[in-house]
Amino acid sequence: MTPSGALQSLSTPTQSELLLGFFRIGLSGFGGVMPHARLLLVDDRRWLTDQQFTELLGLGQVLPGPNVLNMAVVLGARWHGRRGSLLAGLGLMAAPLVIVLGLASLYGRFAHSDRLAQVLAGVAAAAAGLVLATGGRLATKMERDAGSMGVLLATFLAVFWLRLPLLSILAVLGPVSIGLAWFSLRRERLGEQEGRPS
Amino acid sequence: MTTPSLTALFFRFCLFSLMAVGGATALIPEMHRQVVDLHGWMGNADFAALFAIAQAAPGPNVIFVSLIGWKLAGIPGALVCTLGMCLPAAGLAFAVGRIWDRFQHSPWRRAIEQGLAPLTVGLVLGSGCLLVKATSPHWQLGLAAAASTVLSFCSGRNPLWWLAGAALLGGFGLLA
Repeated sequence: MTPSGALQSLSTPTQSELLLGFFRIGLSGFGGVMPHARLLLVDDRRWLTDQQFTELLGLGQVLPGPNVLNMAVVLGARWHGRRGSLLAGLGLMAAPLVIVLGLASLYGRFAHSDRLAQVLAGVAAAAAGLVLATGGRLATKMERDAGSMGVLLATFLAVFWLRLPLLSILAVLGPVSIGLAWFSLRRERLGEQEGRPS
Repeated sequence: MTTPSLTALFFRFCLFSLMAVGGATALIPEMHRQVVDLHGWMGNADFAALFAIAQAAPGPNVIFVSLIGWKLAGIPGALVCTLGMCLPAAGLAFAVGRIWDRFQHSPWRRAIEQGLAPLTVGLVLGSGCLLVKATSPHWQLGLAAAASTVLSFCSGRNPLWWLAGAALLGGFGLLA
C-alpha cells in the first residue's frame, strides 16, 4: 500500500473515459508528459495507485519506443483489451500530432523570416540543454557501479564521438550491460543469503 | 536531393521504433546520422528548428519524428513516420504488458531493467551533446544551451520557462 493511504477505491475507466483521459494527457504535456500522466492517472482519476504507476513507468522504459505511448497501450489493454490500447494510443497522439503539424506548416510559411529563425535557434539551443539535463537527472537515479558506468561511457562515446549506427551499439552493449547487471544482482543475492551486507 | 518513398520511410521508422531504448530521445542521434549526415535530406539548421518546435509543442517527445516526416514528405510523410515509429513498439508493449507481471520476481526482469538503464542514460547524454553541437554554431547559443542545462537540472520549474526565455533572447537578436 502507498503511504498516502486514501487509494483503496480505485476505479476502472470506461472506454470513452480512457480515450478522453489520454487525450488530456497528450494536450497537457508541456515540458514533459510523465508528470501530467501521473497527476491524472493517480491523483485525479484514481485509476492507478502510485506504486502501480511506478511499475508501469519502469515497464514503459524497458520497452523500446515512446515511453508514454507504451504506458497508454499497456493500460488500455489491461482495462479494455485490444480496443482499449487503440483508444488510449489514439487519444494520446491525436491532438499533439495535429498541433505540431499546424506549427510545422506555419514554420514552412515563415521559414525565410530572420526573426523567426533567431527565435527558433534560441529555443533549439535551450531545448538541447533540457535533453542534457534529463540525461543528468537519469544518471543520478541509476545504479552506479563500475560496470554500469563503463557501459554508460561506452554508449556515450559510441553514439556521440564515434557516431556508430545505433543498431550495432545496441547489439553489442545491450547484452553486455544486461549480463553485467545479472551478475551484480546475483552477487547481491548471494551476499544477502550469507548475511553479509552487500 | 532524392527523398525516400513513403514505404521506405515507414519501414525505416519501424526499425527506429524497436531501437528506441528508453524512449524517443535516445533515437535523436541515429535520426540525425541518417537524415542529415548520411543522406543529406535536411541541414543542421532545419533539424534544429524542427526539434525546437517539437519541444515547444505539447505532447510526447515522439512528435519530433512526425516533424521529420513532415519535412521529408509533407503530411503523408508525417503520418507514415509517426505510424512506423508507434506501431511496432505498441505491438510489443501490448504483448509484453500482459505477461510482465508474471515475471515480477524473476532475476532476469530486474537484470533487464537495471542493465538497460546505463544504455538509456548514455544515449540521452549523447543525444544532448549532439543536439548542443547541432543547435549552437556560435558561443551565444552555446551559452544559452549551457544555461538551460544548469537551470533545468537544478530547479524543478517547468522547463517551458527556459524555452520561453531563450525564445525572447533570440527574438531580440541577442543570440545571433
